[in-house]
Amino acid sequence: MNLDSWEPKIVAFLCKWCSGAAAELAGVSRLLYSPNVIPIIVPCSGRVDPDLIVEAFMNGADGVIVAGCHTPSDCHYIAGNFKAFKRVYMLKKLLSDFGIEPERLKLEWVSAVESQKLKTLFDEFTFTIRKLGPLRVKIRGGSV
Amino acid sequence: MSSEEPRVGVFVCHCGLNIAGVVDVKKVVEEAKRLPHVVHAEDYIYMCSAPGQELIKKAILEKKLNAVVVAACTPTMHYETFARAIEAVGLNRYRLEMAVIREFSSWVHADKKKATEKAIKLVKAAVVKVADNSPLEPVKSRTVRKVLVIGGGIAGITVALDIANAGIPVILVEKTPTIGGKMAMLSETFPTLDCAQCILTPKMAEVARHPLIKIYTNSEVVDVSGFVGNFKVKILQRARYVKIGDCRLCGFCERVCPVKVPSEFNRGLSDRKAIYIPFPQAIPPAYVIDKANCRHWVDGCDKCLRVCPTKAIDFNDEDKLVEEEVGVIIVATGYDLYPAERLKEYGYGLYRDVIDSLQFERILSAGGPTKGLILRPSDRKPVKRVVFIQCVGSRDINHLEYCSKICCMYTAKHALIFKERVPGGEAYVFYIDIRAAGKGYEEFIKRVQEEFQVNYIRGRVNRVYRDPKTGDMVVVGFDTLTGQLLTVKADLVVLATGLVPQLPYELASKLKIPFDKYGFVQEAHPKLRPVETVTSGVFVCGVAHGPKDIAETVAQASAAAAKAMELLYSEYIVKEPLVAVVDRDLCSGCRVCVGICPYGALELVEGKAKVNELLCEGCGACVVACPSRAIELRNYSTKQLLEMVKAVVK
Repeated sequence: MNLDSWEPKIVAFLCKWCSGAAAELAGVSRLLYSPNVIPIIVPCSGRVDPDLIVEAFMNGADGVIVAGCHTPSDCHYIAGNFKAFKRVYMLKKLLSDFGIEPERLKLEWVSAVESQKLKTLFDEFTFTIRKLGPLRVKIRGGSV
Repeated sequence: MSSEEPRVGVFVCHCGLNIAGVVDVKKVVEEAKRLPHVVHAEDYIYMCSAPGQELIKKAILEKKLNAVVVAACTPTMHYETFARAIEAVGLNRYRLEMAVIREFSSWVHADKKKATEKAIKLVKAAVVKVADNSPLEPVKSRTVRKVLVIGGGIAGITVALDIANAGIPVILVEKTPTIGGKMAMLSETFPTLDCAQCILTPKMAEVARHPLIKIYTNSEVVDVSGFVGNFKVKILQRARYVKIGDCRLCGFCERVCPVKVPSEFNRGLSDRKAIYIPFPQAIPPAYVIDKANCRHWVDGCDKCLRVCPTKAIDFNDEDKLVEEEVGVIIVATGYDLYPAERLKEYGYGLYRDVIDSLQFERILSAGGPTKGLILRPSDRKPVKRVVFIQCVGSRDINHLEYCSKICCMYTAKHALIFKERVPGGEAYVFYIDIRAAGKGYEEFIKRVQEEFQVNYIRGRVNRVYRDPKTGDMVVVGFDTLTGQLLTVKADLVVLATGLVPQLPYELASKLKIPFDKYGFVQEAHPKLRPVETVTSGVFVCGVAHGPKDIAETVAQASAAAAKAMELLYSEYIVKEPLVAVVDRDLCSGCRVCVGICPYGALELVEGKAKVNELLCEGCGACVVACPSRAIELRNYSTKQLLEMVKAVVK
């Protein structure tokens, strides 16, 4: 891989009620942010399966963001954000066992009005991933 | 999933230059044409316009498309537009996806090449998703045409009357022995100085005689199950020990009752008996026995029973659990005052002449403990000088961060009534800011300040104490406009205490409605859905939702009534079908999903999990939790999300 032309690939799972709405607002407010982040809208951060995050890394993502509604009580589905918190917390511990830096996975709460926070999150996370470099993991002998 | 091979059409919108100015739309079309399943791709300047929609319809018919991706703005903006367009030519609306290339790309990126690349990825993700989207029909269910209103204050009364007058039966549940709520305690209302009782009691009487309204007083909602249109509620009706229909309000029982306890209605400024009626116009019009204080259960006292001419008293009365079925629930649980004793510097609870605003309302009230004469509670001496302290608890990071909204206005009203009733009396108001936004409110404040010469002092009070020699209260505060420390002697100090919600946590969780960090119910949308909660079929009005005055409460209550009627007058309830489905062959019956579902939508039927489509809100928490991978969320399946992830990172 040519490091000079390498661009980080980042997937952002945004819940449709809070962080997804913030992404819409960021658009309407014309906030410029890193084009490396590709959003995927999910109903709830509690829908984000740890498997999906692992598959994203296995298929070439260098970083993954999960963004949901603020704790404790912003979640449209009452407590999906807590479920996301527990799952991401657990997965971060497992990632280092795979040889993936836990910093490549980021969980953040972004409300529907916090477009500026979302922009900062996207930019800073892209910066972090740029510093970490491309993801290279060895799983069962093969490199990913 | 559709059984036939997906034939996807991709329609890329220019949105004038909003998209085309940054994203190379022609390149997006070229790339889209190369994607699997895509049999048609084109661009147009405004896809949402009538000619744009015609393009889509024409392509669907000519190219036999069975799925459509529109790459344009957000689904919030135009999903409905395009869904209707494809429905018009016979495609199911769930076979449409939108790739958000405006808000997520052209508007947020300046680099044209990168923005185009990102737009292509967004289109790829939408194509793989739509290829696997199932055509779905909305979930429909019939409704029980009956409404439960929780809380019998002015909000609950208004909502109950509005709905019952429209012909729908209402069950009104009130915790205390009478309906009327806090408004019944008030003297007069700002800014018109209408007597509160005079405008409220006719409404209470109307509720009482309405054939479609059933009142449960002394009652609480203890359990809620079911879903929109079909709720089952359990109401605990506490024993009253007086038969409502038999009581004639003669008051003999009250006269002979030997027990005296502080009256809740007069907020401790007078006493009541153990058998009592909160206030003469109470609804239902009947006495009630306060079991906790009654001597019957201590020494067998039965004086009231012996004097009652209609034998209305029944010591064998028992608490009852009543079950009701309703289609809609309206939460109107109102407020309580913030406990002023927590602000130690004001000496509330320590000095009897420091009172809260509702106590002052009782003093002003003609039916109150002093018959409307302004006497101080400690020695019943006429009050000549009064100090009002605003923002007690409110706008204070140590207590309530929010503004309680009504205190500026009711304090001005208190000061005005005081000046009217006490010729030569002096009134001081310590305030931070005056918030008088409302029709006629600013004018009212000006009138109080100028015409009635109430002394408004901008600043906070740091100490209230009793002068040991004279017995007067002394208020020490800082005037921020003159920069001086002021000491004001007063006969009475009135605290404009903030409002706190009193919806019990257990009830909120049974109703599955979220509340903010202060305990006020969270509306579904602050601007566009102000009386709905996220749980369909549950509405909110009054101070349970946030601080507001009577006029706003009544307006919101009528809005909630209208929303309830909208729901109950439609033939059936329609709900998004994007819910969880269980593969019974894979399900092991482990119950993990049953525990994780926040809506109680999953239950075990014949050893396997089953989703109640009307309860399921489609969050997908169970999908992730299922160890057997037996649950899928319709049109957000793991396979679809996985394909989307691959599409954007490969």
